[in-house]
Amino acid sequence: MLSQLQTAPNFEKADDFYAALLAAHEGLDEAQMHALNARLILVLANHIGDQAVLEAAITVAKGASTTRQM
Amino acid sequence: MVAVRYQTAFKLYPYEKVADQDAPTPKRHPVVIVGGGPIGMGLALDLGKKGVPCLVLDDHDGVGMGSRAICFAKRTLEICDRLGCADPMVDKGVIWNVGRVYRDEREVYNFNLLPEEGHKRPAFINLQQPYFEQFIVEEIRRQQAAGAPIEIRGQNCVTAMDQKADHVVLEIDTPDGPYQLEADYLVACDGASSPTRAMMGLDFDGRVFEDNFLIADIKMKADFPVERRFWFDPPFNRGETALLHKQPDGVWRLDFQLGWDIDRAAELKPDRISERVSAMIGADVEFELVWTSIYTFRCCTMEKYRHGRVFFAGDAAHQVSPFGARGANGGMQDVDNLGWKLAAVINDGADDALLDSYHEERKYGAMENIKNSSRTADFLTPRNPAHTLFRDAVLDLVEHQDFARPLVNSGRLSEPCTYDGSTLNGEDALPDGPARNRPGSACSDAPLASGHLLDQLGGRFTLLAIDADVPAGLAGSKVKMDVVKVSAGDDATGALAERYLGANTSAVYLIRPDQHVAARWEVFDAEKVAKSIQRIVGGTAC
Ligand SMILES: Cc1cc2nc3c(=O)[nH]c(=O)nc-3n(C[C@H](O)[C@H](O)[C@H](O)COP(=O)(O)OP(=O)(O)OC[C@H]3O[C@@H](n4cnc5c(N)ncnc54)[C@H](O)[C@@H]3O)c2cc1C
Repeated sequence: MLSQLQTAPNFEKADDFYAALLAAHEGLDEAQMHALNARLILVLANHIGDQAVLEAAITVAKGASTTRQM
Repeated sequence: MVAVRYQTAFKLYPYEKVADQDAPTPKRHPVVIVGGGPIGMGLALDLGKKGVPCLVLDDHDGVGMGSRAICFAKRTLEICDRLGCADPMVDKGVIWNVGRVYRDEREVYNFNLLPEEGHKRPAFINLQQPYFEQFIVEEIRRQQAAGAPIEIRGQNCVTAMDQKADHVVLEIDTPDGPYQLEADYLVACDGASSPTRAMMGLDFDGRVFEDNFLIADIKMKADFPVERRFWFDPPFNRGETALLHKQPDGVWRLDFQLGWDIDRAAELKPDRISERVSAMIGADVEFELVWTSIYTFRCCTMEKYRHGRVFFAGDAAHQVSPFGARGANGGMQDVDNLGWKLAAVINDGADDALLDSYHEERKYGAMENIKNSSRTADFLTPRNPAHTLFRDAVLDLVEHQDFARPLVNSGRLSEPCTYDGSTLNGEDALPDGPARNRPGSACSDAPLASGHLLDQLGGRFTLLAIDADVPAGLAGSKVKMDVVKVSAGDDATGALAERYLGANTSAVYLIRPDQHVAARWEVFDAEKVAKSIQRIVGGTAC
């Protein structure tokens, strides 16, 4: 059974998630924001677990860069 | 003259003049091994025990001073068991299972290697490399006394080599001047800066890591428990890492990461080192410096480990960072792999192609070691802001969240390589057979009524028959093969069934002389066994 990265909308409450994400960054300096995001990525990655899904997610995230870096 | 490049800890093979040096034409030897480090000596012992005449040339007359390797893995001990020299290693070595990881002054987690039950040998022992080498040489001396065709020549420095169509010509320097000899096969075990490799103009490519590490082996009387302790960013070595590990003889290995831009000479001053040591172990603890050095590391490999009649093994073929203890442990797997193949070709008429599989399998193993040890280096020595960001994120999380533990990388300890995809692998025809003993893997040990399983395997091809009928003496085979028959009744702990049978009631394993699984079936089938052996030794061997 191959798990696939969910790329169709899947949020239960998209606006609430987004608000919570912004709230978590409130009052942080730039280094703290980076650190928080890094920890958050690791927490979420562990929850997903599946290596193929994680690699697909990295590819999607890289491909969406507006500065078109590789 | 033969230059002295390092001090020796034990003088084991003093120079003696031999007849070859005055021979009118160069004497031909079946196998010449250049370099008498752990890998060269291990290979000589393996070949000699199999009756293959071999000659070791080393430019020194004993074992180098100073401890390099200290951690020896279970697989290495199993190989040494087959070679007959593991007992003194384990008797002398320190067995450890617990590791603690600190950040700053806090312990962020600890682990227990929790070795699986039913193995003769522990997961790891700590033993100074000079002892490891000494015990191999002592076993060589015993085997020589019993008639094994092994010769060691100390202070014989190989200075030139020339590969001909069917042999290699060597130029050797000695205290009595130079002489020449010839070899049917040459194995270069002459270390990371391999002169043989240089003489052949072959590359050694990979990554250099921009970091320095200080090793201080110290003697102290302190009640530190026998554990591996690893620090990230400790107060006594801010921004860097440190390691503390126990060795025999009351010696401890301290390892301090120093960073890239350092004043090497200043860092090596005994006062400076003592200051660092005291800061780590406590100002009131008395100690004595036994050995100190600063090392940098790289992860490099040759492209091919076989060049005609010349083979490369150990650090000469591949070099890794010390994290994970994959250097000597990886090299001993080279020995394990090459020894029986050379013996099969030289003594038993196996096809030359078998020797190509040495490169195939051991390059695969070396790349696994390089991958693991490079990843550790990236964790310990972040090379850009993203490396630092995620390393710190992992360390922030791990104090509170167990899930982050697998991401902390202070060394992924050496494991035996499974040769998945090797051309030597035969059928995997045991339905749902346990994955750990699939073709290509090193056999797992198991305690049986007759003793440990691994003590009964290896040296020759072996057919392991578990509650399966195998006729005595497989007629017509020129490959010598042992048959080991065991049954559920011998397996009181159930380890054999769990590791080799799975849900099956019988199994037949074809096991190579290096204790790796070649093929497996539910029941014995003479034709299938013969086919698998033929796949390995080639020709019409069976
Ligand atoms: C700090 C440190 C810690 C380490 N810790 C570990 C560990 O815990 N576990 C582990 O498994 N590995 C460890 N290693 C790696 C381990 O020490 C090496 O992998 C191992 O010594 C390689 O053995 P070798 O026989 O291939 O080469 P070497 O030990 O380098 O031996 C090469 C031999 O060839 C001889 N020679 C060289 N040139 C010539 C010539 N021209 N003619 C004749 N002879 C010659 C040399 O004198 C020497 O005897 C560590 C290494 C370092 C530096």
